[in-house]
Amino acid sequence: MGQFQTSAYAPGAHPDLPPPPSTVGIVGWLRTNLFSSVFNSVLTILAIFLLLVAVPPLLDWSIFDAAWMAESKDDCLKNPDGACWGFVTSRFGQFMYGFYPSAERWRVDLVGVLTVLLIGMVLFGKGKIRGYGVLIFLAPFPVAAFILLYGGVGLTVVETNQWGGMMLTLVIAVTGITASLPLGVLLALGRRSNMPIIRNLCVIFIEFWRGVPLITILFMASVMFPLFMPEGVNFNQLLRALIGVALFSAAYMAEVIRGGLQAIPKGQYEAASALGLGYWQSMRLIILPQALTIVIPGIVNTFIGLFKDTTLVLIIGLIDFLSAVNTGTQDVKWSAFTVPMTAYVFAAIVYFIFCFGMSRYSISLEKNLATGHKQ
Amino acid sequence: MKTFLKTTVAGAAAIIIAGAAQAATLDDIKKAGVLKCGVSQGLPGFSNPDDKGSWAGIDVDYCKALAAAVLGDAGKVKYVPLSAKVRFTALQSGEVDVLSRNTTWTFTRDTNLGINFVGILYYDGQGFMVRKKLGVKSAKGLSGTAVCTNTGTTTELNVADYFKANGMKSKLVAFEHANEVVAAYDSGRCDVYTTDRSGLAAQRTKLKDPNEHMVLPEIISKEPLGPAVRQGDDQFGNIGRWVLNALIIAEELGVTSKNVDQMMSSKSAEIQRLLGVKGKYGSYIGLDAGWAARAIKAVGNYGEMYDRNVTPLGLARGVNNLWNKGGILYAPPFR
Repeated sequence: MGQFQTSAYAPGAHPDLPPPPSTVGIVGWLRTNLFSSVFNSVLTILAIFLLLVAVPPLLDWSIFDAAWMAESKDDCLKNPDGACWGFVTSRFGQFMYGFYPSAERWRVDLVGVLTVLLIGMVLFGKGKIRGYGVLIFLAPFPVAAFILLYGGVGLTVVETNQWGGMMLTLVIAVTGITASLPLGVLLALGRRSNMPIIRNLCVIFIEFWRGVPLITILFMASVMFPLFMPEGVNFNQLLRALIGVALFSAAYMAEVIRGGLQAIPKGQYEAASALGLGYWQSMRLIILPQALTIVIPGIVNTFIGLFKDTTLVLIIGLIDFLSAVNTGTQDVKWSAFTVPMTAYVFAAIVYFIFCFGMSRYSISLEKNLATGHKQ
Repeated sequence: MKTFLKTTVAGAAAIIIAGAAQAATLDDIKKAGVLKCGVSQGLPGFSNPDDKGSWAGIDVDYCKALAAAVLGDAGKVKYVPLSAKVRFTALQSGEVDVLSRNTTWTFTRDTNLGINFVGILYYDGQGFMVRKKLGVKSAKGLSGTAVCTNTGTTTELNVADYFKANGMKSKLVAFEHANEVVAAYDSGRCDVYTTDRSGLAAQRTKLKDPNEHMVLPEIISKEPLGPAVRQGDDQFGNIGRWVLNALIIAEELGVTSKNVDQMMSSKSAEIQRLLGVKGKYGSYIGLDAGWAARAIKAVGNYGEMYDRNVTPLGLARGVNNLWNKGGILYAPPFR
């Protein structure tokens, strides 16, 4: 044993040696993350090769060869190998606001800013601030937003058939989302209720709306519904679509929330009763906070699905964001082969930004509300 | 499923509408101060919003002319974009007053849907486009090719009928949106692109190299596109019909948007009748004397409408020329 150097140190007094060079620095990172086994090495090399093949042409197309400024298709046809961003910039207003008059677009912007502020209050505010946020969001805000968007009270009236683009998409999505959550909670509670009439009504409602595709609901709302109305009674097309979307997503939301309710152990219900809490108190204070936290991923999943489903309203002639993009590509002035490609890439980026934002928020919310009970 | 839905809706619509005789569309429009006009969701040359968001196209011009005649202001039009599926219901239920949406006039639509067509604004027909490389000079030589088209339109059925009647085989590939059809055709997935000739001309400019393609001479269907109004209101039907006729007659008589004021003092009796200088023709359809003059001043005569909207697609007048200039455009006399 004496020939080993270690004997020079007392037990436990050996100074820390640097880690082996192959596990630190860039080399170490590469070894652990990219080349940890033969299979992973092959995959890494393949991925690098694919990136080399795909990225330069993509950059060329989207940036270096692109027509950034263009008045019409002729400017874009000069760069046939590049994107035609000039199309997107000249139609940007229409993509965002539809046919909303330019002079009145500040109203839409204002509603947008208010929405973001309120959502910020609800999402990131603490205690009272959040409470106020929720209250404003549910009661005065929809009224104010409607007056701002539609007009009246001194503002020029902008008919809903002039609404369009991203604004319309957001109006439908936000309405659907805000209406579906409370409705979904009520339906989920109703479905688990002990009262047979309420339970059965909720079951029928949920199963009916879940059993019918959204496209059929929209189609019925816009095609069949007016035929059953008396002559001259004209229910606003957008309102019909909004109600359809809200009820449809409420049914889905109800089932997501019911999943959360079922995951709460029976002991929690019993403990709530033992404390002397009534039904609504125990739901509000004990059960729902836990149940909703569990199903955050499911709720956000439904929101994202709803956001993307809103594009189905183009079937009933509402010009939402995607429909505005589609319509733009049909203009003779922009009738070039690079235009549709650019338009759809732009649409994909915009949808991605919104959906990715929602998903990131859901992750941060899960972290904030984590109580350490996760398994 | 689609067909089933369509049939159900059409049937229900017919039953409900049959009972309700509509009346006084004119009064409603005057009361509202705006004409509700159903247009497409974007079809080049017919109805399409420009970069500024204002609608343009030959279908749109008809609405403007109608608004000018009825309300005295071509700007008082509320455009309602309609999908192909909801267009007839929108007209039946009163969501729009007139449907000016590149709609083919057919027997069933005219008789069974509670609507009436008031005339033909554009004579279209289904054609074929192929690559020049394919070496085909006639549609008869298209046997065994892959044919691209849109779903849910009569074009699909027409092409199937045509190939069957001529004992030819083909593979039909259908897509939802025109952009997809163009992309599929351009990438070589199909040899043939079929749709209305106006559509072919418009979509052709979206191909990578439009000069490598040619439109075959055959036209395999009649597609008379025209505006429609609700059935049961003859007065408004007459207004719709005669606004269209007035635009055609104006071209025959050489009345344009620019010279309409000078033409008021024309010696020609028919021009005097058309522009309301002589006679009380407006009162027969519930309008004032200057209705036609206003319509012509707002959008020009038929030729001006065509040149402004359809010529940029690269389509010559062809059959859409006046009857005395080699076309089939023919309006009854104004007397």
